[in-house]
Amino acid sequence: MQERLEEFTARGIRIVAISVDPPEVAREHARKQGYTFTFLSDEKAEVIRRYDLLHENGKGEGIDISRPAEFLLDATGTVRWVNLTDNYRIRLQPDALFKVLDQLGLVWNLWRQLPSASAPE
Amino acid sequence: MNRSWNLLAPAGFLLTLVAFLSYFIFFARYPFTRDFPWASLLLFAAGLGLVAVGLRRAFRQTERYRGKLSGTVLAVLSVLVTGLFLTYNFYLSAQLPASEGAPRVGQKAPDFTLPDTEGNQIALSALVAELGEQETAQDNKKRGLLLVFYRGYW
Repeated sequence: MQERLEEFTARGIRIVAISVDPPEVAREHARKQGYTFTFLSDEKAEVIRRYDLLHENGKGEGIDISRPAEFLLDATGTVRWVNLTDNYRIRLQPDALFKVLDQLGLVWNLWRQLPSASAPE
Repeated sequence: MNRSWNLLAPAGFLLTLVAFLSYFIFFARYPFTRDFPWASLLLFAAGLGLVAVGLRRAFRQTERYRGKLSGTVLAVLSVLVTGLFLTYNFYLSAQLPASEGAPRVGQKAPDFTLPDTEGNQIALSALVAELGEQETAQDNKKRGLLLVFYRGYW
């Protein structure tokens, strides 16, 4: 993802990564990999549970983790696209997302031109 | 008459071991060989093929080749290694929760506050609000947020 970060930024997409990793682990990982996007730590898996993404015993040894999942939110906080892989080995490819973004881009631009854009609900 | 050592079975077994290890060491790093592990499957097929030929030779041409017992043991081990790989790749890694309650398209993403790597408490609503501000400022640079939930590193 990092290699394509510029393309995300060019498309106006900010990446926020969430896992049960404590902040130190996430920081160390980001440093090693050179990741510059935002990492948030959900050590008690409260948000992960609320989003129904808890993979019980996913790490083994009785430790619960998050299943892989991606949500694209617009400026109103509304979910515009969801990706729930059915095999954690198979990860989201930036290109697949860019395709979606380019399709959604049209809709988004239209949406913003509408007078009721700020109140879609 | 001296019978030859039957090297095809051990070679095949080694190849299945290489196929197994190379996936985790090398092929899993690249989406092209990870999402569908075709390179590893080809290696496994080649390894099993060698074992099969070796075993056939040991049993069909007993006067020329050794290795009935060792060939059988290696064949069983090769099948086990291959089975382990297939189980991991196509069964275990697909054991994921249904996540039927996950936010759907069109729904508001539930708000939350979590610490970032520097220990700052970050609210999703605040991140989303930043997008909004940018938009009203006629700045098209920030129009969306990608929430990526990941398994974590350990």
